Amino acid sequence: MFSLIRDTLLSQAVTLWRVFRKLFVKADTVEYPDEQPYMFPRWRGRIILSRDPDGEERCVACNLCAVACPVDCIALQKTETEDGRWYPEFFRINFSRCIMCGFCEEACPTNAIQLTPDFEMAEYVRQDMVWEKEDLLIDGTGKYHDYNFYRVAGKQVAGKDKGEALNEAEPVDVRSLLP
Amino acid sequence: MTTMTEKTKVEIIIDDVAYQVNADSNLLQECLSLGLDLPYFCWHPCMGSVGACRQCAVKQYRNEEDRDGLLTMACMTPVQAGARISIADPRAVDFRAGVIESLMISHPHDCPVCEEGGECHLQDMTLMSGHNYRRYDKKKVTHRNQYLGPFINHEMNRCITCYRCVRFYSEYAGGVDLAAQAAHHHTYFGRHEEGALESEFSGNLVEVCPTGVFTDKVFSERYSRKWDLQTAPSICTGCGVGCNTAPGERYGELRRIVNRYHSELNGYFICDRGRFGTGYVNHAERLQQPQDAQGKTLDAETAVSRLREIAGKAIAIGSPRAGNEANHALRKLVGEANFHGGFSAAEQACMDEIAAFAGDPAFHNPSIREIEQADAVLVLGEDVTNTAPRIALALRQSVRNRAYELADSARIPHWQDAAVREIAQHERSPLYLFATGATRLDDVAEASVIDTPSGLARQAFALAHRIHADAPAASGDGGGNSAQLEQIAERLAAAKRPLIVAGAGNGRVELIRAAGNIARALRKRRGNDEQKPLDLCLLTGEVNSMGLHLLTRSENSLEAALDKLASGEAENLIVLENDLYRRAPHARVDAALKAARTTVALDLLPNRTTARADLVLPVTAFSEQQATYVNYEGRAQLAWQVHRNHSAARPAWQWTGEFAHFREALHDCAASAPAMKTLGKVLPDTSHLPGGGKLPRQPERYSGRTAMKANLNVHEPKQAQDPDSALAFSMEGVPARRDATLLASPWAPQWNSNQSISKFQDEINGPLRQGHVGALLLERGAGGGFHPVPEADEATGIELTPARQIFGSEELSARSEAIRKRMGDAYVAISPGLAAGHGLTHGAAVSVRGEDASVTVLACVRGSMPPGVAALHASDREIDFHGLGARVSLAPAAGDAAVALDRGLGELIVSDLAQGS
Repeated sequence: MFSLIRDTLLSQAVTLWRVFRKLFVKADTVEYPDEQPYMFPRWRGRIILSRDPDGEERCVACNLCAVACPVDCIALQKTETEDGRWYPEFFRINFSRCIMCGFCEEACPTNAIQLTPDFEMAEYVRQDMVWEKEDLLIDGTGKYHDYNFYRVAGKQVAGKDKGEALNEAEPVDVRSLLP
Repeated sequence: MTTMTEKTKVEIIIDDVAYQVNADSNLLQECLSLGLDLPYFCWHPCMGSVGACRQCAVKQYRNEEDRDGLLTMACMTPVQAGARISIADPRAVDFRAGVIESLMISHPHDCPVCEEGGECHLQDMTLMSGHNYRRYDKKKVTHRNQYLGPFINHEMNRCITCYRCVRFYSEYAGGVDLAAQAAHHHTYFGRHEEGALESEFSGNLVEVCPTGVFTDKVFSERYSRKWDLQTAPSICTGCGVGCNTAPGERYGELRRIVNRYHSELNGYFICDRGRFGTGYVNHAERLQQPQDAQGKTLDAETAVSRLREIAGKAIAIGSPRAGNEANHALRKLVGEANFHGGFSAAEQACMDEIAAFAGDPAFHNPSIREIEQADAVLVLGEDVTNTAPRIALALRQSVRNRAYELADSARIPHWQDAAVREIAQHERSPLYLFATGATRLDDVAEASVIDTPSGLARQAFALAHRIHADAPAASGDGGGNSAQLEQIAERLAAAKRPLIVAGAGNGRVELIRAAGNIARALRKRRGNDEQKPLDLCLLTGEVNSMGLHLLTRSENSLEAALDKLASGEAENLIVLENDLYRRAPHARVDAALKAARTTVALDLLPNRTTARADLVLPVTAFSEQQATYVNYEGRAQLAWQVHRNHSAARPAWQWTGEFAHFREALHDCAASAPAMKTLGKVLPDTSHLPGGGKLPRQPERYSGRTAMKANLNVHEPKQAQDPDSALAFSMEGVPARRDATLLASPWAPQWNSNQSISKFQDEINGPLRQGHVGALLLERGAGGGFHPVPEADEATGIELTPARQIFGSEELSARSEAIRKRMGDAYVAISPGLAAGHGLTHGAAVSVRGEDASVTVLACVRGSMPPGVAALHASDREIDFHGLGARVSLAPAAGDAAVALDRGLGELIVSDLAQGS
């Protein structure tokens, strides 16, 4: 009986001492939002659409992000410029459904869609969590600075003729018999 | 490919497992029939093997002891009893990986911006063969693209030179303007110069090309990936053939049409009218609300009650482009005695005759598969390429039966495509054309008989008499070339499976009767009457011409309806999906509509009839409703609803208020029309399907569900329910795997392209597993006899006949944007002599004057036309064709008349434009 009381009291005294000691330790929490935490560049937060190094929209409306999305919260429609460049007529993300899994970024063949370290996306009205292309598209290249899909792919667009993409030879002259 | 005979099975061993396979086939086809995954490119189920791509390599062993084996191309290796092969052998796997790697060295890294992506055979095969990264560090070969017209996009960089495109386009479909050019790694598939692809079947290149060289330009304008398209099994409404299609919808728009495999009808191919002619569904002018004559919008209940109010004293005119249920519901609403067919007088006469022949046990109306087996064909007056294009493609295959005969004699298997063509050279089974001018089948025809329509009929009656003396004789061979007729008679009589083709296309009932006489004479000539019925293919004009005719009493023609109205016998008029001005003289329609107290028009697009109606009810288009249609064979087929219409438009049977559910309408139609009594068979048996029999319209990876409507409201609406069918407007339910009961869009693991159809066939080119081929409604009863030769027509003047165009003659497809880009203007085709005699040149405006009307169109001077005939094509102009009567006169039109006909004739594909024009 005596030993039981002794053990219990001792345990409580030790706990009290340990808590008391923490009064003099520097706190790990910060005064958010006055003080901002460091976010790692590859944190999976708010989604953006980036531009290629030439300043054109990177998104080619291939629909791979939409199909990769496990909650199906991305919807878009392909359209085309006069010179044959594909781009989304609209691009919509329903952030109230988004789970920030990053599958869309992994699926994107042009590095257009990227997740950013911004996580501050609370809204009072759920409808405001539906973002359109105007809200998503940024002016820079995001995390990937150099990649320009249309400079690699064989499709002809304004400013890049056939044979001018990466590793391409001059277009074939069908009428020539030379090897 | 074309034989349907009982096949002998032999045993072969694939990767140490024994299988029973067809003896007369090749290893690739049998591996695919067995459901094994063996990559391939150049082989096509309908076009046989040429061994061009080397992708289907397998190991073949001499015997059980043989451990080394040798690599062989499965598509070029005949099946031999006891053969031992291996697909999984490491050397075969390695070889296939090497082949695909070399095919891919110049592939342009543009899958994200390729319309084929996601349903690309090349993507599938690349994955299947295990190729990932390009190791080749030299430059890629590139090509310039060509403009190939409004239907097809060209992106030559993607080509892997499998030659399927030219094999389909030139060898299968007879096109002359697509060919392989240049040599070695410069090989280029294109036209000699930029321009629209001329073939009526160019759209099939989209499906034949294993990658994205040829893609659907119309679809690309409003593009969606295959996995995002809501799809259901449907029927093409472009003509009376009833090809099976799979329309795809996204964001409330009909996006595209692709072929849906049907083992008896269209197989793997459809025509360009069917593929590109459905843009009218998205037309900006679609009728959306019930409206009265003042343009005031009514609510649905008021509209229904107003329709039912006037129905008591109304007569109704049905529609050959509406389904059976719509026609039947209207027939029930007004009573059978007051329900009239919606055919023109000429077409009505043709339909009566076609129906009479359809009941005759002496004849058989062949399916497309059977047409391909004919070894001697006579086409009588029907311009098949323009009235039933898919049949024309089948006729092209029928002339190859001579090649198969020669191949048999040399013991060459039919699937050895290049060898069969080589041995045949230009030998063809006979195809004879009776026409009023050059046709698009001339290049495969043995001979053409060119005459005026009445002349053709006289010659055809004479031909029947030459075949068998019991057929009544025409005087002096009908003015034809006796030697030629004798030769045609002999060749037809000597054939194993002759086929006579005619139709309602030119509205000449005597030509149909003559076709009947020829077929009957052939049957008599062939000896006993107990043998197989003779193939007599009588084509109907529109998707449900046959169905409407079966629902209408014979005396209830459109003309009779107009008379009843004009005489006051009937008070009100209800018109179902029919522009009466296309069917009868304008003056008579005007008089009837004026006499009618109330006119109600049900239609989907405004036209001249809806403009004059007191009440217009908007109806749904073919992809927005469920309906059954009866094709030229009497085959009833069910077209499922693909997507919903979000306006007030409803299916016509719903407007009548007679039925609450589609099935009620269908079963009531079957119960009340004796000819339709087996219509219920079109409903597939879904009882064996799990989950209450519901199947999804949307693929498993349908994307954007929680975002596509989020701009309107972030709270997603409830999934739309479909109480009328076994399909769901969602991804819910069990998708089709190997069971094709309700297969719209085939898909199998590792097979995202349309080539996955082989996973749903028990054997290649065979019927689909649990697949539905429709219900043949027609029952044959009492036989008939020979028709007498019609009295010679003493009238003078130029005979008027309709000229049909694949792009422009069908009412609804002619309102599709893509088709309009290929439509020429209204024209009258005449012979050079006739043109010169009237001082007309090609492209000049000409005034065509008939009995009660006169129209101004462009003159089209065609070298092959006989004098004394004028073939008039109305295009989309409001031309009073029926008011012109049977004979017309021509005169140059006033100078500025041609300006109004601004579309010109440039888009016409005619081989016989007169010299200098």
